[in-house]
Amino acid sequence: MFKHETIETNSGLLIVLTLVAISIGGLVEIIPLHYIDETVEDVRDPDTGFEMVRPYSPLELRGFDIYKREGCYTCHSQMIRPFRDEDLRYGHYSLAAESKYDHPFQWGSKRTGPDLARVGGKYSNEWHVQHMIAPRSVVPESIMPNYPWLAETELKLSDLQDRMIALKKVGVPYSRTTAEYENNVKRFGEAVAKTLDINLAENTLIAQANQGNYDGNKAKITEMEALVAYLQVLGTMVDFDKFDEEHFIQFR
Amino acid sequence: MAKPVKDPLTGAKTTGHVWDETLQEFDNPLPRWWVWMFYATVVFTIVYWLMYPSWPVAGTYLKGFNTITYETDAGEEKTTHWNTRALLQRDMQTGTQALKQKEYLTKVAAAPYEQIAQDPDMAAFVRSYGNGIFGDKCAACHQAGGQGVVGLFPNLVDDDWLWGSKPEQITETLVNGRNGFMPPYRETFNDDQLDQVANYVMSLSGLEANKEAAVKGEQIFKGEKGGCYYCHTSEGTGMYAQGAANLTDKIWTVANVPAKDSAEEKLAAIKTVIRDGIQRQMPAFSSRLSDTEIKVLVAYLKQLSGE
Repeated sequence: MFKHETIETNSGLLIVLTLVAISIGGLVEIIPLHYIDETVEDVRDPDTGFEMVRPYSPLELRGFDIYKREGCYTCHSQMIRPFRDEDLRYGHYSLAAESKYDHPFQWGSKRTGPDLARVGGKYSNEWHVQHMIAPRSVVPESIMPNYPWLAETELKLSDLQDRMIALKKVGVPYSRTTAEYENNVKRFGEAVAKTLDINLAENTLIAQANQGNYDGNKAKITEMEALVAYLQVLGTMVDFDKFDEEHFIQFR
Repeated sequence: MAKPVKDPLTGAKTTGHVWDETLQEFDNPLPRWWVWMFYATVVFTIVYWLMYPSWPVAGTYLKGFNTITYETDAGEEKTTHWNTRALLQRDMQTGTQALKQKEYLTKVAAAPYEQIAQDPDMAAFVRSYGNGIFGDKCAACHQAGGQGVVGLFPNLVDDDWLWGSKPEQITETLVNGRNGFMPPYRETFNDDQLDQVANYVMSLSGLEANKEAAVKGEQIFKGEKGGCYYCHTSEGTGMYAQGAANLTDKIWTVANVPAKDSAEEKLAAIKTVIRDGIQRQMPAFSSRLSDTEIKVLVAYLKQLSGE
């Protein structure tokens, strides 16, 4: 007959059975999400039919990397919850679709600084640069650290393509072949598809940096430029003016 | 299972397991109140499963029997299973606080600006609601009191407006944003010319300047070499359409002249601006604020600047 004592006195078996018991809890919560169709909203531009949420352009992607490297997520979340107070302060609640290309996603439940899910376009580039170099020069009560080196450090481009290839492996639709590019044209439109082409990544990045001039310094492309480009795109991909207020309720 | 036995010392029941010859484990029953609480939570769980979205089933999930009714943009009533998004929609439409605010927002939306300023009720609402919007959307640049940062972000509490002080001009600034631009003159002017124009700008606001240089500077300012008058006008009084500053009113928005002690330093500050130009951007807020909120904000800014 089975004896509980057998498990308790046999540490190898105890470990295996403990792992089994714990994974059941995890799997029951996680696996169904992959089969529920409504989990991630299908957000298309009503006028063009193109997907509104796109992967980051190369410059924005490098900005995201710096965001993670500097640990911005330890104080800033990127998830506006569907509550009236959050709606009034931050704007429309976040959609699951809006972070589907984030690896890892930047949701969170701890806000030492404000939520950044819709910070894009809220402040000017000049403000961001000034704020990043010396936060207290523009927000006297801020406790954010200074990040002055971002404006001086040149952005490393040599591993740009590798970074995009890695993300492609986990499902971000950057393109390498003509067929993949054509598929992106169908999904996102030509202008966006070009920015997702891994083969053109470096040119795309330089072009966006020169055009946007995010840090006001035309001499070189800095990490500040990438980070500001990233911050300025946050929460701006979905144009909520094109949808009825209740549109996204149907996905819940 | 080992046979339950009693601990000889305390008389309490033990599990009967014995390790290392004498090491035993008490088998005390849980307190009754605790057990009943546990059963209650189990019952609560079942009710919760039935009322709210819960278990995944095939390609979807159990939606629960609880419902929420809200109004669509088209004005129809719609009922859906309970979820936080519908809850928010309903809260924004019929929540106690939302309704209280809506009453005032409707009133402010319909009233002309003069009336908002004179009606103590509406003025008080604008002061508190506008302050909330200002604190989150504007204060990061223009500072909590609206005093701005010289050189970076304009002061909103003085009487000097770069893009105009009329409600429709401020509304335009808020809705579509502004791009403040003055070209750099480092290629256009040589050192002498730069000095002359800067001296003329000093003289415009009554500061002590080299008269000889200022006369030459005036020719450049009003001539095709500088072309400054295109935006700042021949009188130097500025132009709202271009966001060009009034140079005669002793209010400095970019060069921090009043903070400099000596005439040389003041001149140098002005020279820096002329040499490097200005590029400033005010973001557009049309997608962040409703038309009424923008109106509240304009009325609030009018209060801030004491008009």
